[in-house]
Amino acid sequence: MAGTGTLPTADAPLATAIPDDIPTQFVHFPENQPLAMDAGVLLAPLTIAYQTYGTLNADKSNAVLICHALTGDQHVANIHPVTGKPGWWGTMVGPGRPIDTDRYFVICSNVVGGCMGTTGPTSLNPATGKAYGLDLPVVTIRDMVRAQAMLIDHLGIDQLFCVAGGSMGGMQVLQWAALYPERVFAAMPIAAAARHSSQNIAFHEVGRQAIMADPDWRGGRYIDQGIKPHKGLAVARMAAHITYLSDEALQRKFGRRYQDREAPTFSFDADFQVESYLRYQGSTFVERFDANSYLYVTRAMDYFDLAEDYGGVLANAFKGSRTRFCVTSFTSDWLFPTADSRAIVHALNASGASVSFVEIETDRGHDAFLLNVPELFATSRGFLEAAARARGIAPKVKSS
Amino acid sequence: MSADTVTRSGINVPPLGDEGRLDHLLIASMVNDNTRVLDVGCGDGALLRLLVDKHGVDGRGIELSKSGVNEAVAKGLSVIQGDADTDLADYPDDSFDYVILSQTIQATRRPKVVLEHMLRVGRHAIVSFPNFGHWKLRLQLLVKGKMPMTGILSNPWYDTPNIHFCTIRDFVGLVDEVGAKIERAEALNRYGAPLGFTAPWWVWNMFGEQGLFLLKRGKQS
Repeated sequence: MAGTGTLPTADAPLATAIPDDIPTQFVHFPENQPLAMDAGVLLAPLTIAYQTYGTLNADKSNAVLICHALTGDQHVANIHPVTGKPGWWGTMVGPGRPIDTDRYFVICSNVVGGCMGTTGPTSLNPATGKAYGLDLPVVTIRDMVRAQAMLIDHLGIDQLFCVAGGSMGGMQVLQWAALYPERVFAAMPIAAAARHSSQNIAFHEVGRQAIMADPDWRGGRYIDQGIKPHKGLAVARMAAHITYLSDEALQRKFGRRYQDREAPTFSFDADFQVESYLRYQGSTFVERFDANSYLYVTRAMDYFDLAEDYGGVLANAFKGSRTRFCVTSFTSDWLFPTADSRAIVHALNASGASVSFVEIETDRGHDAFLLNVPELFATSRGFLEAAARARGIAPKVKSS
Repeated sequence: MSADTVTRSGINVPPLGDEGRLDHLLIASMVNDNTRVLDVGCGDGALLRLLVDKHGVDGRGIELSKSGVNEAVAKGLSVIQGDADTDLADYPDDSFDYVILSQTIQATRRPKVVLEHMLRVGRHAIVSFPNFGHWKLRLQLLVKGKMPMTGILSNPWYDTPNIHFCTIRDFVGLVDEVGAKIERAEALNRYGAPLGFTAPWWVWNMFGEQGLFLLKRGKQS
């Protein structure tokens, strides 16, 4: 583990007491405990890699499940073992943070189809003795959630105090609330949608085609040959990364400024700062992410349409739900726009569920859910504190 | 009982505590404990907080301003960012026992439609509004010939959210038109205290700075 000790976040100086080297834990489900997948197959054996922070209380009422987004993983609040950078949600999760690890027992697992230890296309296929590659059945959001439920069962937890996540994580939150309403006391879907839009499917398809067009992809069997389709995956990341930002944010951050030069070079070098930035994003991404996983996880998002599973009426997904919801969106998010969140809120109102909804003003686009946005923290903290009171979770008592 | 012959009486206003405006306490006195309440235009959630804490209601709110929603949610209330004019339509019939519209009806685009939705979504509606028929406003218009401005109505005509002012009598007429019944009515002074005497509508319309009505669906249900 990279335990360099410094936590260089410009966005939120992280005075965390969480140790840098929290080891990933693994749970292995053998042949007789398979994951029943939407594709109609049983996946076994199944490994789930997960992190935990904080302590589970005696009546097991303080567990918070964090669901990660497309390119996230279980390293929510510790130094990432591959990149050496702070966890992806250290602003939200940690001691004294809105999801306070001094008070709650926080769990985050790598999704099925991922590449950080949970069974995915890089895992060994017992049938062939080689990596699954594209032989892994196509994964859905519901499959991810079912696997998480197996983990929660394994941990001996009946009801989660809260399930929270942004983007694809928010999709999983909604799926949890629909699939296991009695196991979710509170739900926080952030910058999410109850179905993936046509435009978003289109963006994903561009990314997948970029990967598959890379000659090093080798029909998905690149691992056997000891190579990786870095170029295709980097292009996929670059295209996707644009959708996580906003026009204003890009303009503010880069404008038309040149990268380390005074004038254009009349070449196809990265003359502009924004080009250089995107290339950097692409090149660092391939160090930590698997190309086939990218295919699987984007596909899972594309297939997500919660209403479709409930006769086309989203409200039916939450009928009789006693879960408390807090839905959040961001004004400049054009990937999961506020209209998507409003559709969730309307459905929750129609089903009589308890719901709060806040649209937060920011120019930082979809990525805002990962950034230092004080309004997001204030909303989340208030919502969780009220829910914790209702759930009877003892207030934070910390001796330090 | 028609709106014009409804019995009106002053009520004992609870003492003003540390929390709660007088009109909030008065509204709270109209709400039965442990019921379901939707507060439309709930601001920072002060009234909802009172209803939830002191009356055990299952309270929900709608608020237009993002800062109001943020404050209310941070207080632990179930509040959504939304608009009375458009978002009430999304609620199913009979989802609430009471739907409250406090000091907001004059700021809606279609007050009649809003009131109809309130009476569809809730079994009761509670509406309070500034009374444009108050003698000071009439006097200002008569003497100065300008749109009146008072302590309660402090915005100039060109910069006000209040686009549909009405008088207490106007509102009684609207109640009649939507076929609702007045269960209780109060004329309030500027501090939200009831005038404390029973009088004909025209007196209330002259001396009440605010009107407060508890309505229920009319004969059709």
